[in-house]
Amino acid sequence: MNLLPYLDIVLAGLVIGVAIFTITARDLFASVVGYVAYGLLLAFVWIRLYAPDVALTEAAVGSGVTGVLLITAGKRLGALKNVAPGEEPEFTLKLLTGALAALVACALGAAILMLPDPPPSLAPEAAVAADGAGAGLGNPITAVLMSYRSFDTMLEKIVLILAVVGVWSVGTDKAWGGAPAPLRRPKPYAPMVFLAQILAPVGVLIGVHIFWTGANAPGGAFQGGALLAAMWMITMMARLVEPPRIDANWLRLALVAGPAVFLINGLAGEIMAGNFFAYPPSLAKPIILFIEAFMLLSIAAALPMLVAGPPTGRPDQ
Amino acid sequence: MTTLLDLFSIVAISAGTFFIFAGTVGLLRFPDSLTRLHALTKADNLGLGLVILGLIPRADSGLSALRLIIIWALVLLSSASTSQLIGRALRRDRK
Repeated sequence: MNLLPYLDIVLAGLVIGVAIFTITARDLFASVVGYVAYGLLLAFVWIRLYAPDVALTEAAVGSGVTGVLLITAGKRLGALKNVAPGEEPEFTLKLLTGALAALVACALGAAILMLPDPPPSLAPEAAVAADGAGAGLGNPITAVLMSYRSFDTMLEKIVLILAVVGVWSVGTDKAWGGAPAPLRRPKPYAPMVFLAQILAPVGVLIGVHIFWTGANAPGGAFQGGALLAAMWMITMMARLVEPPRIDANWLRLALVAGPAVFLINGLAGEIMAGNFFAYPPSLAKPIILFIEAFMLLSIAAALPMLVAGPPTGRPDQ
Repeated sequence: MTTLLDLFSIVAISAGTFFIFAGTVGLLRFPDSLTRLHALTKADNLGLGLVILGLIPRADSGLSALRLIIIWALVLLSSASTSQLIGRALRRDRK
């Protein structure tokens, strides 16, 4: 008797149940906790679908980093609520919002129902590409990310930078160039400091390991970068380090390093290998690892900056 | 020898599952947050330790066995510290 299909059904049911809880929870904090649990369950689903790379990303980014982001955002929302009493929207506005939401849901449902059978897939092409220039890498996922769809991968990092710029631009003009507010209370609890001191070195090591091993096994720059980002966040929460000034040159360099190195390599590919973003096959692996190292840096810098929020321009800056 | 090792795995993992189950029952049944926290962290740490102990003979190499132990140590560290943090937050709210 094989129990696995039944376990899969239970898992799928759990995911849907937690998703419903997350949407319907009246309390913002409960909703965020539900979302984090949802992300972890989704990571299990990805593992069951034999996609450990996606599972790692989901656990680190979808659940971990986004969870911190949402908790921080929820706190700020809660603070806002006390300042301005919420104004009840008009009935027509409510109706319109509801209709619009229903329309989007219908459109999404129709798009899924109208998928041609068999659905169009780029997988065969990607599989060929994974055997191409990136074949020096043992991990086909990294080969596809860095060789078949390198342009998308680079643009993803640019989106991250744009998001950071968006967060920074929310700050007041006066605060521009200053540092974001510290993540936690003036005096952090001792267990928090202990956790940060022990976990951060280990986490950094594991993050670099996941990046390095990404060439041959599940892992890669995004997963490793998310771990490094989490370690930076935890040290900021324990007040072992403070959020940096946003006009610090090293921070801005770290943010743009990934896409910049990627782009320079793409241009070099145009000259050396005859195609934008092409790599000479014999050098593909070192070049890809070189680019990924800088992307790791950019991701590790961008995610904590998203969590830290806009600069506040405190007197001590 | 393999039968013995299999038996060891089965016993250890079953015992681990029992402790995790007991911890979950405690989480659901205990009256207040502090006792629930106690049930969850203590029982789960022991349960996970036993599961990992049962998995070690089944690891492909010494390195993966070491990784399993590191995972356990990391979970111990994080659950011990976060339970302290949650406990302290509870005490602060109660005052």
